[in-house]
Amino acid sequence: MITPFQVACKNLLRKKVRTLLTLVGIMLSTWVLVSLFGFNRGYEKALNRDIENMGYQLMVMAKGCPYEAATMMLQGGTGLRYMEQSMVNDIMEEAEVDKITPILMQAFFDPNKGESGGIAGYFGVDPDSYPAMKPFFRFRSGGWFRDNSAAEVVMGYEAAELEQREVGDMTLVPEKNVQLKVVGILERTGTQDDGTIFVPLKTLQRIAEIDKITTIGIKVKKDADITKLENKLYQLKDVQVVSFSQVKQTIMKLISTARVMVLSIAIVAILIAMAGVVNTVLMSVLERMPEIGILKTMGAMPGDIFRLVWTETLILCGIGGVAGIGFALLFARGTDLLVRRILPYAPSGGLVVIDGGLALLTLGSIVAAGLLSGLYPAWKAGRVRPLESIRRDG
Amino acid sequence: MTTESKVVLEARDLTRVYRRGSEEIRAVDGVSLAIRRGEFVSFMGPSGSGKTTLVNLLGCLDNPSAGELDLAGRGIFGGGKKLDERALTRVRREVFGYIFQNFYLIPTLTVRENVALPLAFYRKPGVEAEVERLLAMLGMEHRMDHLPVQISGGEMQRVAIARALVNRPEILLADEPTGNLDTKRAGEIGDILQDLNRNTGLTIVMVSHNPDLARLGGRLVEMRDGKAHEI
Ligand SMILES: Nc1ncnc2c1ncn2[C@@H]1O[C@H](COP(=O)(O)OP(=O)(O)OP(=O)(O)O)[C@@H](O)[C@H]1O
Ligand SMILES: [Mg+2]
Repeated sequence: MITPFQVACKNLLRKKVRTLLTLVGIMLSTWVLVSLFGFNRGYEKALNRDIENMGYQLMVMAKGCPYEAATMMLQGGTGLRYMEQSMVNDIMEEAEVDKITPILMQAFFDPNKGESGGIAGYFGVDPDSYPAMKPFFRFRSGGWFRDNSAAEVVMGYEAAELEQREVGDMTLVPEKNVQLKVVGILERTGTQDDGTIFVPLKTLQRIAEIDKITTIGIKVKKDADITKLENKLYQLKDVQVVSFSQVKQTIMKLISTARVMVLSIAIVAILIAMAGVVNTVLMSVLERMPEIGILKTMGAMPGDIFRLVWTETLILCGIGGVAGIGFALLFARGTDLLVRRILPYAPSGGLVVIDGGLALLTLGSIVAAGLLSGLYPAWKAGRVRPLESIRRDG
Repeated sequence: MTTESKVVLEARDLTRVYRRGSEEIRAVDGVSLAIRRGEFVSFMGPSGSGKTTLVNLLGCLDNPSAGELDLAGRGIFGGGKKLDERALTRVRREVFGYIFQNFYLIPTLTVRENVALPLAFYRKPGVEAEVERLLAMLGMEHRMDHLPVQISGGEMQRVAIARALVNRPEILLADEPTGNLDTKRAGEIGDILQDLNRNTGLTIVMVSHNPDLARLGGRLVEMRDGKAHEI
């Protein structure tokens, strides 16, 4: 026995080229849509991963302390302010803190640097807690210091280049005339770490004759409320807080313009697909007026005809949607590359992430849009009166 | 036909007025007639005399402008009240089967599927076997899986007849069923209709320009300017 569903299918096959073109339209807009959804999801993930790689999300510094190494160098190390190392333990108490590390920044004047001498930046770091903050550090050769008071240094890529040092060489701390042994040289990171010389915290404190620190790096627990922690840290006396979530927000703002652009393209794509569906289905309804009239003389109710035409829309959108998602999955890599070209800042890793839930969501939206566009043709078909349609043909 | 035969269709002063701008066309002008169960009534008359309009009113395809229509004693039209599409559909699928000059087969469906199509929307109990039975009766069993483009005009009208009968209607309404057929095919369709009327007691209301065909029925009505005259 024949079902209305079969009738709908066979009708779509009647004008194969027209049906195919409509399908292609739906497919393309599904493709754009699912890629966009995937991008919205993937981009933020990738950006978060990048921020993660910066090491700590928060830095606490003594008030007035210039937190950029560049500033520190410009001031020739004179403007440095210090805080008690015990502060680290106080902050550790906060529930949101995942990892924490004390840092002592020092700048020494090196008369041999450049033509008239220059400033060399030293970071006193704790070998127990600092490496965990920078898990993405890769050593070109060597590794971290043995312990917190070893007479050793790890050199950033550019620092090692500048001083022409290899692992095993000795290096002299200017002003202080202390010899330290190079135990590791880092790969290039593209950050200011490249120009830094890392020394065990205790060693640097001994050399500089200071028992305090300048900076505390803080990694916040996953899903913890960073703003809440920031506010608590602001309560501490004589410190200032620098947050990378602010940096992230800035980047996010930057890309939201790009996102709006892509979104409007997607909306236009959907509208075009919908117009295509309306056109196809309406045309086929108008062509079939006498046939639809005959269906009514057979006992089909207006609702039956409505459903028949609506089913055609559903089939178009279902097939087009599934094909579009298939293509999106197939060419996700290509979309990634394309998006990377448009964006002002693209983090590393997959930008367009499409999973099952997302595919279903997109399919749902496309089918919903399709059903919406099928509403008018289906309603029009349902209202056809047998007599008019048959006479018009007569 | 005996006098006891029940009246299935009774029209009283049935009128249908078309308005074209300010002009009024009384396509059917106060027609009163009764059709009994098992009758084969033919309507003849010049073009534009209102045959199609009248038959459409009798077949509940259209609302009259005035007058009354009873179906098996039940009032369908009357009192100036119009029935909506759903109500009309409900009446039609219970009582009528229709065939037309243009057969209106669905070109994408096979012969068998075309005949079965009405059952997708409405199905009287026990009619499932009718598809095959009717097609066999009309000599179409060897064409069941053909598409409409693959069969002749006479065969198409047979398929349309099978489709009209699949839900076992009481009355078959035929508006110029042979208008698109040559004399030989027209004769064949005429014979089929006559057999159906004689053997199964199907009531047939037919419009035809063809005098031979029109005379097949026991009763001939002539339409002229919207009025009906028994001959
Ligand atoms: N929908 C309509 N709107 C306006 N006038 C109509 C309409 N349908 C029919 N008419 C007019 O009503 C009159 C009767 O038409 P009808 O179709 O019933 O004639 P007919 O006897 O079936 O003619 P034919 O033998 O050519 O089929 C004609 O004058 C026709 O022009
Ligand atoms: Mg006519």
